[in-house]
Amino acid sequence: MNSKSSVPWKNITLSLVAIGLVFLALGGYLTPLSRITLAPLMAAQTWVAGRFQAIQDYLTGPRDVAQLMQENAALEAELAHLRTQIIELQQQMGEYRILSALLDFARAYPEYQYVGASVIGRDPSPFLKYIHINRGSDDGLRRGMPVVTQQGLVGRVSQVTASAALVQLITDPSVTVDVRLEPSRAEAILSGSITADIGLDMILQDVTVEPGDLVLTSGLGGAYPPDILIGQITGVRSRDYDLFQSASLQPVVDFANLEIVLVITNFQPIDTSPLMPMPAVP
Amino acid sequence: MLPILAPLPVLTLLVILQSTIVSSLPLLQGYADIVLLVIVAWALQERVQSAWQWSILGGLIVGFVSAMNIMIPLVSYVSITALALAIRRRIWQIPILAMFVVTLAGTLLSHFLTAFTISISGADLPWLDTLQLITLPSLFLNLLLATPVYAVVRDFANWLHPEEIEL
Repeated sequence: MNSKSSVPWKNITLSLVAIGLVFLALGGYLTPLSRITLAPLMAAQTWVAGRFQAIQDYLTGPRDVAQLMQENAALEAELAHLRTQIIELQQQMGEYRILSALLDFARAYPEYQYVGASVIGRDPSPFLKYIHINRGSDDGLRRGMPVVTQQGLVGRVSQVTASAALVQLITDPSVTVDVRLEPSRAEAILSGSITADIGLDMILQDVTVEPGDLVLTSGLGGAYPPDILIGQITGVRSRDYDLFQSASLQPVVDFANLEIVLVITNFQPIDTSPLMPMPAVP
Repeated sequence: MLPILAPLPVLTLLVILQSTIVSSLPLLQGYADIVLLVIVAWALQERVQSAWQWSILGGLIVGFVSAMNIMIPLVSYVSITALALAIRRRIWQIPILAMFVVTLAGTLLSHFLTAFTISISGADLPWLDTLQLITLPSLFLNLLLATPVYAVVRDFANWLHPEEIEL
């Protein structure tokens, strides 16, 4: 009888203890106790999970690495292909910009016919300012034809082969070009130099020349067509005892980075050498 | 057969490199002359017998490509080869020293000939500017490249003219 009657009391006592524990837990009174109890359990679980993960990685890893390596190789190949495409497109864009500018120049001077040419080299000697272009007599080029870019005058064709030509730049020390200054409309002589700087000479003393004045071809002498821009005056030297003024010039063409040029093919240079006075024979 | 045919493609390639790459990499206004360096290095090789052919061919190709008178590179390279051969017989024990000496003399001779020709053709040639802006930078670059060029040419000469071993 006692044993039967004690069971409900045990159950009731256990239930009350359990309910009490629940209320204590809900009230937060068991938190320190749960921390002390759970900490080693969590540590043990973390250790087991870490080891399991390591074993799992070891077992499944090689297959993933091989797959990743394949994917990596494929992606690298695709990346290289795309980079090549980008470089090609950038080159095409650069060429397009140059050609577009050259076209603008050609539209500005519709009276001339042009042949476009790429610069393929420079003279092997540092003393001479010449460039090689990839057009020659097969393309209608002849000696003496003027060469320009969208910015202005470059030089003129000096030697021609069937498929290439040599262009003498206006910076070459043996070059002289008849020019006109704007706005004064004064005539002057442009000459190149060994240092690739170009200067102006033979400017009359009574002409007012100032930095910033434009320099264009005058057409005198018949070697170059008129009104092609060459550059801008940066400094003037005028001394009372000199017959002429001289000036330094900043060319509009970047001669160090020439890529594409235009050859004016319908300009016929005039050879004035027979008109030069010959020294008298004694 | 190969030693006879070798100079034409090698020198043509060198002139193309000179015209396209080397001349686009100036120091001030001067740049290196790799054709001159190779001709000098070739002439200084002990077993090489074709130094004259290389210098004449080199001079002709450069003269053909350049706007300058063909006689300038021709005379320059032949004179430099003569100097290199003379030095080779005397101080052959220190070939790299000979390379420097001939490079120095060759660059100065080549530049003097070119500048003199330009000068007598009527162009204005300030000699001090020429020396400072063209000759000295070119000389510096040539001396800088003398050692690597000599090493490459020596290997090429050894490959083309292997040493005969007596059994």
